[in-house]
Amino acid sequence: MPTSEDYEGQVPAWCPGCGNFQILSTIKQALVELGIEPWEVLLVSGIGQAGKLPHYIKCHTFNGLHGRTLPVATAAKLANHSLHVIAVAGDGDCYAEGGNHFLHAIRRSPNISLFVHNNQIYGLTKGQASPTSAKGTHTPAQPFGYLAHPFNPLSLAISQECSFVARGFAGDQEHLKELMKAAITHRGFSLLDILQPCVTFNKINTFKWYRERVYKLDDDYDPYNQIKAFEKALEWEDKIPNGIFYKKDKETLEEMVPTIHETPLVRKKFSFEDVKHEIEKFY
Amino acid sequence: MSRIRGGHNFYQVRFSDRKVLASKEIVDILLALDLNTIEIHKNSVKEEGFILYDSESMKKKFEGAQFIDIPFRKIAFDVGKNSVMANTVATGSVLGLLDLGLDVLNDILKMTFRGKGEEIIEKNIACAEAGYNYAHSNCPRCEAFGIPEPDGKKLLLIDGVQAIGMGALVSGCKFYSAYPMSPSTGILNYLASRAEEYGLVIEQAEDEISAINMTIGASFAGVRAMTGSSGGGFALMVEGLSLAGITETPLVVAEMQRPGPATGLPTRTEQGDLLFVLYAGHGEFPRVIFEPGTPEQAFYLTNKAFELSEKYQIPVFIQSDQYLGESEWTFENFDFERLVYNDYRVREKDLEGVEEYKRYKYSDTGVSPLAVPGEAGKHLVVADSDEHDEEGHIIEDSETRIKMVQKRLLKKLPLIKKEIEAPLLYGDPSPEIVLVGHGSTYGVIKEIVDIYSKDRKIAMMHFSQIYPLPEQDGFDYIEFLKNAGLVISIENNASGQFAKFIRAETGFEFTHQILKYDGRPFTIENLKEEVDAYL
Repeated sequence: MPTSEDYEGQVPAWCPGCGNFQILSTIKQALVELGIEPWEVLLVSGIGQAGKLPHYIKCHTFNGLHGRTLPVATAAKLANHSLHVIAVAGDGDCYAEGGNHFLHAIRRSPNISLFVHNNQIYGLTKGQASPTSAKGTHTPAQPFGYLAHPFNPLSLAISQECSFVARGFAGDQEHLKELMKAAITHRGFSLLDILQPCVTFNKINTFKWYRERVYKLDDDYDPYNQIKAFEKALEWEDKIPNGIFYKKDKETLEEMVPTIHETPLVRKKFSFEDVKHEIEKFY
Repeated sequence: MSRIRGGHNFYQVRFSDRKVLASKEIVDILLALDLNTIEIHKNSVKEEGFILYDSESMKKKFEGAQFIDIPFRKIAFDVGKNSVMANTVATGSVLGLLDLGLDVLNDILKMTFRGKGEEIIEKNIACAEAGYNYAHSNCPRCEAFGIPEPDGKKLLLIDGVQAIGMGALVSGCKFYSAYPMSPSTGILNYLASRAEEYGLVIEQAEDEISAINMTIGASFAGVRAMTGSSGGGFALMVEGLSLAGITETPLVVAEMQRPGPATGLPTRTEQGDLLFVLYAGHGEFPRVIFEPGTPEQAFYLTNKAFELSEKYQIPVFIQSDQYLGESEWTFENFDFERLVYNDYRVREKDLEGVEEYKRYKYSDTGVSPLAVPGEAGKHLVVADSDEHDEEGHIIEDSETRIKMVQKRLLKKLPLIKKEIEAPLLYGDPSPEIVLVGHGSTYGVIKEIVDIYSKDRKIAMMHFSQIYPLPEQDGFDYIEFLKNAGLVISIENNASGQFAKFIRAETGFEFTHQILKYDGRPFTIENLKEEVDAYL
């Protein structure tokens, strides 16, 4: 069985007190508790403070381009569906630069997990607004305050019948760990939006601000009710619900591709023998 | 030729008992299925040629010796009980005019309509025969063609995009992701049609950014993968190209050119993206560019693209254009013995005794072992778009940076250059005139050389393995050009990109150029006219 030492990576280059530290240690705990070995996991990330996470853990890693996490993760899963594929992204990475890929990953529903470190600000580029920043947020790049309406990833995902939609809080690691384990073991595309305070650039949405507002969805909450889930996803400001908002059981992308039903694509052998008759079709 | 639905559409067929390699401006027979076709193309018909048309359905009668009025629609209705078979009547009538027999057409009709039942096949065959007989008995100068009896040998008929697709298939490509865009869509369609039979995964991406990132993701995971687009879509892929560069992920890209800028002429042809593909991507990393001259070259070069991309862990381009991509050629055979397949990926058994696998391990060749994540035992594979150390983790220090640039780029470059074959020479071995081309101008230049070679010392130099340029120590092609009296660079673009490229790489300056940028391929007539002007 794996231990948390097996997952020990490099020393993180994050600001002291950053919410990313809790997310990092929680991912390790979740994987250890699920008994998943490092060589069975592929972490795919983009660019941003969240994108650096795979370097601070030990497993297969593809740290690609800003916003392009999901296409890489989706194709890696299609190529080898025996791997646990987890995409790690930030709010700018996934909801701005990679917004189109986010929409289409939900629609395709590969059996991968998407963890979004949502700190409502751009950390790596030092404090510009993100798609989830509150309207009116003042930053060096928004001279008249942020003018756009904040993006709601949960309500969007629920409207598109995303297979698994959840939200957790970096300040409640026990709950977050259970959500991560549920996301990783869920069959289908799972979105876990993680409220992550940025101690350097976001002076509004602090640990304290979240602690005063977050609450867990009731035990008797039914995640299979899309309309109720949608209502819950719209709650914000004074009270912020966390937990599994929505689930929909459906076939995964890999299950729908008949050519990889029996063997992962990566294990299929190639020989000229298998293809040489192709030419005959052109005579 | 244009393949978008709606509007005017045409297809040129040229055949001979000798090998034909290019299109002609002037045709012997124009088969017009609508009035518009006559208006647009009547001046392209030889004086002693024929225009087959149906005055009744066009509601217009033409006078003149060229015009043969055949009631396609009426025959289709009388014989097939449905005027939709007018096209079959028309096709039969062309064969009748040429006195070629109906056996081949009947086979095609049987295959085309095999899903529609016996009755439809029978009716189409009857319509073809009626058209054939009508044209045959109303043919004023049939013997003018004097077409010899076909020898019955079956040839393979294939276009450029199919040849690229088949080239990928026979190279072990298992994953193709793309966003549809003319003229690259044929590759997507071809491979999708073979997915079930050969166990491929085909994913139509939401955009080209996703397509190239998916291709890189599949390749990283251990599968031979390819993407394709035209210039506009490739523009979106450029960031991903650079990602393949720094992560050293094998990648094959088909870039099928059409005239730009932006949307340009979507269904026409041009060689306008050479310098774009050559310089695409931020930062410095190695690449290879092939631009085949025939579907046969496209087949072998696609195979070579997969070989080199995995051997050196680099992006390799198959660049072509609408003209070659959608032109069907005949060949006796493609030789599968010439194909190469080496699996350069590393798995658990290859890593026995290795303490700790490092994805970017320094080596003399710059090539590091390419392990398959999840198939390499307990070894971990870490790839990074940041500059990284041997293990694949982010670094900032200048020492590692320098070593990685040397590994990734400088050490590989001379080895890659050795893999590139010299340009093809055709014609006189010590010519006074050399016509230089690359990619899809191969056929038309070769035919021009044949025309002139009767009374001039003339040769073609054709480049299909474009970048990096081959070494000059085996065959000094630049010295060869310097020794010729007249050297003309022929390109299907407005700025002479290939000539600029040659000058930048070798210092050789083309003083004479023939450039065509009307969105159409060179034809034998218009290239000959341009060459004549230099003689």
